[in-house]
Amino acid sequence: MSGKLAEILNIHKWEKGTLIFILQKVQRELGYISEEAISEIAKRARISISEVFGVASFYSQFHFTPRGKHTVKVCLGTSCHVQGGPRILEAVERELGIKAGETTKDYKFNLETVACFGCCALSPVIVVDKTVYSRMTTKRVKEILRLYQ
Amino acid sequence: MTFEEIQNRAIAEWKNLCGETRILVGAATCGRSAGALSVLDAINEELTKHNIDAVVTQVGCIGLCYTEPIICIVKPQQPHIFYASVTPEIVPEIIEDYLLKGDPRPDLALGSVGNKNVKGIPNLFDLPMLKPQVRIVLRNCGFIDPTNINHYIANSGYSGLVKALKMSPEKVIEEVKESGLRGRGGAGFPTGMKWGFCRKAPGNEKYLVCNADEGDPGAFMDRSVLEGDPHGVLEGILIGAYAIGATKGYIYCRAEYPLALERLYTALSQMREYGILGNNILGTDFSFDIEIKEGAGAFVCGEETALIASIEGRRGIPRSRPPFPANSGIWGKPTNINNVETLANVSMILQRGATWFAGFGTENCRGTKTFSLAGKIKRTGLIEVPFGIPLRQVIYDIGGGITGDKRLKAVQTGGPSGGFIPPEFLETPVDYESLTKLGSIMGSGGMIVADEDNCIVDMARFFLTFTQSESCGKCVPCRVGTRQMLDILERICRGEGEEEDINKLQHLAETVRDSALCALGGTAPNPVLTSLRYFPNEYEAHIKEKRCPAKVCTELVYYYILPDKCEGCMLCLRNCPVEAIKGGKRMVHIIDQEKCIKCGTCLDFCPPRFNAVVKISGEHPVGLEEPIPVKK
Repeated sequence: MSGKLAEILNIHKWEKGTLIFILQKVQRELGYISEEAISEIAKRARISISEVFGVASFYSQFHFTPRGKHTVKVCLGTSCHVQGGPRILEAVERELGIKAGETTKDYKFNLETVACFGCCALSPVIVVDKTVYSRMTTKRVKEILRLYQ
Repeated sequence: MTFEEIQNRAIAEWKNLCGETRILVGAATCGRSAGALSVLDAINEELTKHNIDAVVTQVGCIGLCYTEPIICIVKPQQPHIFYASVTPEIVPEIIEDYLLKGDPRPDLALGSVGNKNVKGIPNLFDLPMLKPQVRIVLRNCGFIDPTNINHYIANSGYSGLVKALKMSPEKVIEEVKESGLRGRGGAGFPTGMKWGFCRKAPGNEKYLVCNADEGDPGAFMDRSVLEGDPHGVLEGILIGAYAIGATKGYIYCRAEYPLALERLYTALSQMREYGILGNNILGTDFSFDIEIKEGAGAFVCGEETALIASIEGRRGIPRSRPPFPANSGIWGKPTNINNVETLANVSMILQRGATWFAGFGTENCRGTKTFSLAGKIKRTGLIEVPFGIPLRQVIYDIGGGITGDKRLKAVQTGGPSGGFIPPEFLETPVDYESLTKLGSIMGSGGMIVADEDNCIVDMARFFLTFTQSESCGKCVPCRVGTRQMLDILERICRGEGEEEDINKLQHLAETVRDSALCALGGTAPNPVLTSLRYFPNEYEAHIKEKRCPAKVCTELVYYYILPDKCEGCMLCLRNCPVEAIKGGKRMVHIIDQEKCIKCGTCLDFCPPRFNAVVKISGEHPVGLEEPIPVKK
C-alpha cells in the first residue's frame, strides 16, 4: 500500500457513517480513488469491496482514474443552458481535444460538466480549478485555457 | 461569559467600527467570479498609496448580481454609498474623490443607505429592483462581515435563541406555528407542525439536519445566505434543535459550494468559543453540537430519506415513507430536516415575534421567499419578495424585463421539478398554491426566464437529461420512465419525432408522476407536462415541419451566409474550426453544409455591421455553389 494512503487511513477512526468522508479525504489527497484504496478501505471498515465501490460510484464526485493537473468544469445548469452553455462545452471540447469526462493524454486537463455552480446570474460559467469565469463566450475559451497550458 | 456580556462586547466592537471609514466589498462567489478580488486588491493598494485609514471587509451578496462587483463605502456618520460594476481601474477615482476630496461621485454611485440623503444619489432601496423586496432572510447579506460573529450579534443576532431558551420547547413550536412559516425547500409543509411531530416522537437521541444540498440547477439562494450570513441560519438550527429536543445536528452542504463551507466552519468555531455551541449552551441545560457533512454530488440527496442514507455513509437512495424521518431518521432515531432558508426565517421569527412575521405575505403563505432570478433577464440576481407578489412585478419591475427587449416565452420555476409558465399567466401571485395550479411548483426558488430564442422542447429535454442521470434507479417508474421520456424528447429535437410521440409523452409523464417512489421522480415529468400543456405548437413544429421555431435544436438548424450581406472579410472563414467555409478576400463566403458541425462560431465572428451569417430552420439552404466577388 502506498505510504500516503496508509497515512490517511491510519489517521481516521472508523465510525459508522464515515465512509463517504474517508473517500473524500482519499480523493483530495491522492487525486482519485484507486482499486487499492477501495480494497484497503473495505478491509479496514470490514465491509465488502462491492459496497465501498457501490457507494463511491453512486456519487459523481468520485473518480477512479488518475486526474489531470487542471480541472475544467463547464456548468450546464438551467441558466447556463439557456445562455448557451452547451456551445461553450463544445468549444472547450474542441480546444482540448477531449470529451466531457475525459483527461488529456498529457494529464494536463480533465474536462467535466457540472449541473450548477450557483453562479446563475452571471451565466454561462466555466470553472478552472478554483477560478470561476463568468459570462463566457466561445471566443474567450481559447484565451482562458491558454493561461493554464 | 453571559450572553449580555457577549452582546455588549459585540456592540462595542460594532460601534467602534462604525466610527471608522469602512469599505465593504461584495465577495460572495458571484462577486468573485465578476472580479471582486482584483477590485479588493486595487482598493488595498490605493489605501496604502494615500495612507488612508479604512477598514476593508469582504461581505456577502446584496443580490444585485448583474452589476457585480459591488463595493460600498461608509464614512463615519455618513450613509452607505454603493458603487456597482466596479473595476480595478475605477477604484483610484472613487477613493481619491470620495475619501480624499469628499465628492461621493454621484455619477458612479448606484445608491445610498442611511438616514441622510446624498445629493444626486438615490436611496438604494428605492431603486426599482429593490423597492418591491422585503429582506428578512437576506437582512444582513452585504452589510456585515460573515466571518465575524460579533457583527451578527451586534445586529440583534442570537437574541432569538436567548429568547427561545427562556421559553418551553412547546412554546417555541407554538410561536413558529403561529408565524405560519412553511418549509422553503419546496414542499411548503408547515414548519411548526413538522417540529411538533419530532418533539412528540419517543426517544432521547434526536437529530436536526439543515439541508443545504441545493441541487436544483438554476438556484443559488442557500449558497448566498450561507456565504453572506451563516449565523442567521445557525441560530435557526439551534432554536429548532431546542424545540424538538435534538442532541446533534448536521449541515448537509454540497461540495460545489466551497466558500459556503468555509464560512460555516469559521462560524461554528466562533460559536464554540462563545459557548453558543456544545455543552450547556449559554449556561443553560441545553447541549447541542453541529457537524458538517459535505455532499458528494448527487441531486437525489436533497430528498430527505436519501439525505439520511447519505449522512449514514451509504448510497443516497430514498425509501418509501412512512415511517417518516420525524419518527425514524438517522440511525433510526427521530430526525427533523429543514431547509437553509426555513431556518434563517426561524431566527427572525424568534427575534421579532410571530405576529411581526405573519404581517408579510398572504393568508396561506406568510413571510417572504428568496428567488434566484436568472436567464434572459436584464437584472439577474438574488431577490427576496413577500408571498403574493404578481409574477409580472418580479420579472419586469425587479428584473427589468427581458434582455435585448425580446419577447418573453416562459418563466421556469422550481428547477427540474417545476414547470414552464407562459406569459399569459404573468398576473399570477407567487405562492405555493397558485404555482401548483399552473402545473409548476414553487420549489426551492429557482426562477429562470426564457425568451423567444429558447426552445421549449429543448429545455424540457435538458431537464429530463438532468433528472434521468440523477435518478437513483431504485424504482421502475423513475428509472425507466425518465429514460423513455428523454428518448422521445431527443428524437423530437433531432427531427425524428412522430405524431404519436405527443400522446406517448403525455401518458408516460402522467404514469411517472403518479407512481414514482420519491419527489424527484414524482415531479420529474413537470417540465414535460407543462410544456405540452402550454406550448403544443412548438412540439408540432418539430414533429410535423421538422422545424425548431427558436432555432436551437442543432439537427434542425442550418447556418447560412447571406450573399448580399457578406463583405468577404474572412473572419468566419479563419475561425471555423472544421474549415467548412469557402471564400476569399472580398469574395462571398459559402458554408459547406456537409462539413458544418453547426457550432455557431461563424455567427459569433461575423461583425455586427454585416450580420451576414444567419440561422435557418425548417428549410434547406440553397444558394451559391462557388464563391463570387462581393458586389460593390
